[in-house]
Amino acid sequence: MTLSEESAQAPSVVVEDLPDSVEVATEEGRRMAAQLHDKQPHAKRLLEVRNLTTQFFTREGVVHAVDEVSFDLDYGETLGLVGESGCGKSVTALSLVRLVPSPPGRIVSGQIIFDGVDILKLSNAEMRLMRGKKIGFIFQDPMTSLNPTLPIGFQISESAKLHLNLSRRAADDRAVELLSKVGIPRARDRMKDYPHQFSGGMRQRVMIAIALACDPMLLLADEPTTALDVTIQAQILDLIRSLSEEFGTAVILITHDLGIAAGMCHRVNVMYAGRIAETGLVDDVFEHARHPYSWGLMDSLPRLTDARSARLRTIEGLPPDLLDPGPECRFSPRCHYVTDRCRTAEPELSSREGEGHLARCFGTEPGGWIA
Amino acid sequence: MANRTETLPAATVEVRRSSGLWGDAFRRLRRNRLAIVGGVLVILFVFIAIFGPYLAPWPYDYQDLDAVLANGGLPLPAFSPGHFLGTDELGRDLLSRLMDGARISMTVALVVQFVVLVIGMPVGAAAAWFGGRTDSWLMRLTDVIYAYPDLLFIILLSVALKETVFGKALDGLLLVFVAIGLTSWVTMARLVRGQLLSLKETEFVEAAQAIGVPSKKIISKHLLPNALGPVIVAVTLGIPGAILAEATLAFISIGATPPRASWGSLVADGQPWLRSFPHLVIFPALAIATALISFTFLGDGLRDALDPKLKGKQ
Amino acid sequence: MGAYLIRRVLWIIPVLFVVSIITFSLMHAVPGGPWSKEKKLPPSVIEHLDQKYNLDEPVFIQYLNWVGPLQFDEGALQRDEADNLVFGGLLAGDLGPSYKYLDRSVNDIVADGIWVTVQLGLMSFILSVIVGIPLGVIAALRHNGIPDYAATFVSIIGIATPTFVASILLLVVFSIALGWFQPNSLDWRTDPSSWVLPVIALSLFPIAQIARYTRASMLEVTRRDYVRTAHSKGVKEGSVVVVHMIRNALIPVVTILGPLLAFLITGSFITEFIFSVPGIGRYYVTSIGQRDYGVIMAMTMLYAAAIAIMNLVVDVLYAYIDPRIRYS
Repeated sequence: MTLSEESAQAPSVVVEDLPDSVEVATEEGRRMAAQLHDKQPHAKRLLEVRNLTTQFFTREGVVHAVDEVSFDLDYGETLGLVGESGCGKSVTALSLVRLVPSPPGRIVSGQIIFDGVDILKLSNAEMRLMRGKKIGFIFQDPMTSLNPTLPIGFQISESAKLHLNLSRRAADDRAVELLSKVGIPRARDRMKDYPHQFSGGMRQRVMIAIALACDPMLLLADEPTTALDVTIQAQILDLIRSLSEEFGTAVILITHDLGIAAGMCHRVNVMYAGRIAETGLVDDVFEHARHPYSWGLMDSLPRLTDARSARLRTIEGLPPDLLDPGPECRFSPRCHYVTDRCRTAEPELSSREGEGHLARCFGTEPGGWIA
Repeated sequence: MANRTETLPAATVEVRRSSGLWGDAFRRLRRNRLAIVGGVLVILFVFIAIFGPYLAPWPYDYQDLDAVLANGGLPLPAFSPGHFLGTDELGRDLLSRLMDGARISMTVALVVQFVVLVIGMPVGAAAAWFGGRTDSWLMRLTDVIYAYPDLLFIILLSVALKETVFGKALDGLLLVFVAIGLTSWVTMARLVRGQLLSLKETEFVEAAQAIGVPSKKIISKHLLPNALGPVIVAVTLGIPGAILAEATLAFISIGATPPRASWGSLVADGQPWLRSFPHLVIFPALAIATALISFTFLGDGLRDALDPKLKGKQ
Repeated sequence: MGAYLIRRVLWIIPVLFVVSIITFSLMHAVPGGPWSKEKKLPPSVIEHLDQKYNLDEPVFIQYLNWVGPLQFDEGALQRDEADNLVFGGLLAGDLGPSYKYLDRSVNDIVADGIWVTVQLGLMSFILSVIVGIPLGVIAALRHNGIPDYAATFVSIIGIATPTFVASILLLVVFSIALGWFQPNSLDWRTDPSSWVLPVIALSLFPIAQIARYTRASMLEVTRRDYVRTAHSKGVKEGSVVVVHMIRNALIPVVTILGPLLAFLITGSFITEFIFSVPGIGRYYVTSIGQRDYGVIMAMTMLYAAAIAIMNLVVDVLYAYIDPRIRYS
């Protein structure tokens, strides 16, 4: 382990500096928080991902699941990764903790600096000390992500025992505390219960308790509510939000649901076909999207003002084959605004109006043909 | 937020090319090298079983006494002229007897699994279909059969009916085959029952019912094809058990009437000669081993190919 | 759970009842009787013997006599008080006379051999489990590596070698040719080496099956979400395997333990026969040939009871391993 004392202390300092950043309140608040982040180069970023490339080596060929993805995350910030299924958002998250199923998956190149540590250079043993302790993970399906043969109390206290060197009793107390924190009534009585004795929503709460057991700096939430009922979804999201605020935990929230991203995140990355298509503050991306794919995503949201008979708007076509992406813009086959240029070269992520607002589109670059 | 949650863009629905359950399964099976080896060997055994009498160098009961006497009354070793795998002490050609044994073993496979299907499928289906009292009585019947020490039942039955017409059919073999089948159908009945019960609960069957598909069509289009995979696998994996049971019985001289000899009785006959003429035991043992392995490999391959749980993971 | 257990134990009784009726009828359908195998006895002697052993009565009366002291036909016993062989019947714990070993009761025969047979079965079962499970686990963890191929090879040998073949080969190679073990051990109680070859011969197939199922199940479990969760908690590789995977992987393996136990029970007679083990397994076959009715019935009942009880144990074990299963 190469983590220094001070870097381990860092999150609380930053959170104190930036009270606005943890308040998902007004547009102003969020913008201010973002600006504060950008104006404080001394405040080290929690996470810097540079040119992350993860590929799957299958019988049919190499799948470019995550291709040269770069983004940053500040202490206490909530970042959304949105996109269709198969766009690489889950693989991105798994890459961050080096849990891409291998074989066939492999992180081919790139850099992941987490709290000053280069994740990809850690030994397996060092990486293990990161997982659970510094980075917690909530998976999509609470029905299958908990071990059916172990009591939930054990599953929560396991990492506390492991990473915090707690005695069995102290770890159990910690587990009870977490269970009540995630809103499970009669927490101590339920420690000995097995996952099948809980409903889906309750299991996801247990999963959150597991992820937060060691008070991590970063919480990766991979579609945490997709498998749940709509009413439960809101409760779980509220819980993630309030606990991340309370603990000052940064969150990467992976979702295909733009509504969730808009309500939860400070910034969002829109991913398409293994790449970031657009990134920026939540309002910039949602109100002033500068990528045709982002427009398509927003457009396919049904609105309350729609006529009842209106059909769902969809983005025509399918995402490209990630086995062999060509040199063209990956969205070009489905884009209404496509030109010859888009079919021969892929645009870079370039700045747009708004702090840290970038988009990968020739058409909306200054001087582009899309207004 | 909540009112905007069901907003999955339609384009996210993944479209996978698929040639249907059986096409997919066959493609997976072809990629499984062990299963292919097993399948080829099974075809070879079946071929020998059907055409063996025309291919064998000698009739299985022909005694080449001249050769044995020339050898001082001892069995001929392997690679003797005219007897590629040697002979026993009576001058009977081992290769020809092994080929006839293949015939017995393949017939066992066929008859036993036929009995298993004919009893096990209806019992299992009836238990699942009628449920209630029928179900519980049929399952109690399977409890009894399950607890019955099967070899004892087979031996008793074959001794009891030995002198009847049925007991003399196929050189006394049919009786043994049917007896083995009578002890083996329980697993199939339970499997079919479990399959049908769980399929009845599945969403696609409920969906079919909801849109008013007639139940006859639900059974033929949804239940049976989906239950068929596990049944095929169980039949294939049940064959080694049947071959093994027959060989074991033959080893203790239950089954084929001499001079007809199954692989098991060849091992028993060769046992006294094991030290000086090990080929008399080794070759029949190899024949049994090859048959057991090839059906097991094929069955394992079929299971992997037909198991929907593994779908999309390869 | 308690009520369930009691119900299951009680259910064994009717099962055994039906088993005994089937056996009794089949047994008496077998042509000939206990005396027909001997050198031709004069009919008067046979008649006398039949009378003495109550074999001249209708089969169902004989059955009732076998079951116990429920005497419906008083005359049957009174006919020749001095010569009649009176015994208590099954319900009194008396398995009756042997028709082959005229000086011994079936109880004596069973008592002499049963512990040897139980010991052989238990040792084989334990060996199968403690070799088969680790073999399967290691093969799965080193999927497509050398340990995997080694384990697969052992499995193939086990599946391909019937017990009788394995017994013969082991006996000839290690006892007769190499002389490592006494071919016909005379002292099974004090010489542990007598057990080595029979136990190995009997365990080969169960080891192979357990290893195969464990390997497949472990490979399946490796891909489960909860294993990924365990990794995401930073649990050590070894603990993931021991704490999170093995128990789940054993759930399907437990389902084949029942059939394997039945295999060990019924397979033991071949091994006992080849290695001259002084257990009861050898009577399993010989008693039918000798029409030794008492021994046939005793063997059936013992083996059926053993299989039924083992199945119950396996079901309980199943619930113990998988907390989702609750019997009621």
